[in-house]
Amino acid sequence: MATKAKPKSTTGIDGRPQWSGQVGFIISAIGSAVGLGNIWRFPGVAYENGGGAFLIPYLVALLTAGIPILFLDYAIGHRFRGSAPLALRRVKRWLETLGWFQVTICVVIAIYYAAILAWAISYFVFSFNQKWGDDTGGFMYGSYLHLADTPGFSFDFVAGVLIPLALVWIAVIVVMALGVAKGVEKANIVFMPTLAIAFLILVIRSVFLPGAKDGLNAFFTPDFSKLGDPDVWIAAYGQIFFSLSIAFGIMITYSSYRKHRANQTTPGLVVGFANSSFELLAGIGVFSIVGFMAHEQNVAVADLSGLKGVSLAFVTFPKVISQMPGSALFGALFFGSLFAAGFTSLTSILQVIMAGIQDKFKVSERNSALMVGVPLAVVSLLFFGTTTGLYVLDVMDNWANNIGIIISAIIMTICVLWVAGKYKELAFHLSSLSTFKVKWTWLVLVGIFSPLLLIYMFGQVMYNLIKSGYDPSSYTRAFEFKAGWLVFILMVAASIVMTFVRWKEDPDKFEAWPGFTGKEF
Amino acid sequence: MEPTPIVFMILAMVVIWGSLLASTVFLATRPEVATWPPGGPTDEEDAALDDID
Repeated sequence: MATKAKPKSTTGIDGRPQWSGQVGFIISAIGSAVGLGNIWRFPGVAYENGGGAFLIPYLVALLTAGIPILFLDYAIGHRFRGSAPLALRRVKRWLETLGWFQVTICVVIAIYYAAILAWAISYFVFSFNQKWGDDTGGFMYGSYLHLADTPGFSFDFVAGVLIPLALVWIAVIVVMALGVAKGVEKANIVFMPTLAIAFLILVIRSVFLPGAKDGLNAFFTPDFSKLGDPDVWIAAYGQIFFSLSIAFGIMITYSSYRKHRANQTTPGLVVGFANSSFELLAGIGVFSIVGFMAHEQNVAVADLSGLKGVSLAFVTFPKVISQMPGSALFGALFFGSLFAAGFTSLTSILQVIMAGIQDKFKVSERNSALMVGVPLAVVSLLFFGTTTGLYVLDVMDNWANNIGIIISAIIMTICVLWVAGKYKELAFHLSSLSTFKVKWTWLVLVGIFSPLLLIYMFGQVMYNLIKSGYDPSSYTRAFEFKAGWLVFILMVAASIVMTFVRWKEDPDKFEAWPGFTGKEF
Repeated sequence: MEPTPIVFMILAMVVIWGSLLASTVFLATRPEVATWPPGGPTDEEDAALDDID
């Protein structure tokens, strides 16, 4: 008699949700890493910082900081089997606050990231009739966002943004409520191959456009004089750092859902190189299209502006798409890809928050999705469904990324490895379970080189912020204080408050496996 | 395209996409360690809660 195949487990022996297996974890981790920044940030950063020559600092940054810190996240999450607050508390009790700080970074990023997804889904629909017309800038900032003349906080809601934003939140709450294996992993299994195929079609078509070769020439022509500029190296480390989803709780949370005997570092290499592979593909596609745009306007690629961020995706690209043969299809492919890349990243960001709540209050995945998703959706709609949403988003993004994540990474590397003295234990954990072993080289990179580099980056960011503000041509100091520093202060305060909230179950009743006495490494 | 950017494009593809391929092959050929440290739940035991359900 034929027996029915047993469904894969969705919960581990310690009661934690669990990935269906190694492939499910790798696809979900790649889905988290591959996000909006891969498509709209990397090509512009590479072009501005030496073109083909930028690949040298970029690869050095990937190997000396990106992948080593990724391994550190994996080691913390997997060995101490918890969300960021729980795992870091198990490293050292007082490090729980750092865990909650990572959760608050995710809170801030989630509320504005959802807004960009709402724009992407709107533009996906607009693609079919090129609703943006000829003046794509005027359409984006005027007809679509109804952007206020001056930055501030308004409650003038924009229905065209509010409705897709609400739909994004409903969709993501449903996915999160289904749990890690049946929700997050399944969403990645659907979205990631779709993204890969859609983006590949877009890139292949792009390289055959007239003028594409000029764009690729501009993108890959090396400017070796840039290699002597420290800012270029900092740009490379910044790109790797923000693109890999490291040091703000995502990979700690994701690795805590792996089986005890799961290989750690080798899947990490696949995730790191897959993320960079997608960035290279995006660079080829974006600069082929940029070359086509220059060709159509009869100007040089160097004379074009708006090659990064919101303006690249929502002003420059629509203009180019309108000029392309088969524009409706390519518009849909581009904005569909943008949405797919962003949606899988948003689920990973929300998972950090939900995991923290689940561990602290012992609530189910479904209940935590509602407890986290509904309030965040309300805040997101209030701030980003309005005529001032773009201003708030821009400033919050700078503070959450350039200050929040860098501070989190500095504290994590120094405190976990040196102050708590876990450097040997974590290296032992990774090596004893993985087929790619780590030794002293990893410790030097993650424990000495990366923190020093991060401190330098942080110093540079703070110096510029204090000296001239974030963007003095656009924002007043008062607005930057409210949307930047005040939000940051609230994040720190919330992290401290959450640390003092009582755990529903004793978090310290835990024994790490494999056992470590100190002599093994 | 001009020769220098072509060389850099190919170099980037070989290094980055090649590293992805190499790490994937490495993982496929060595998916797990030969022996685990003593103790700890096996993969089957890791799924114990669902079995009880």
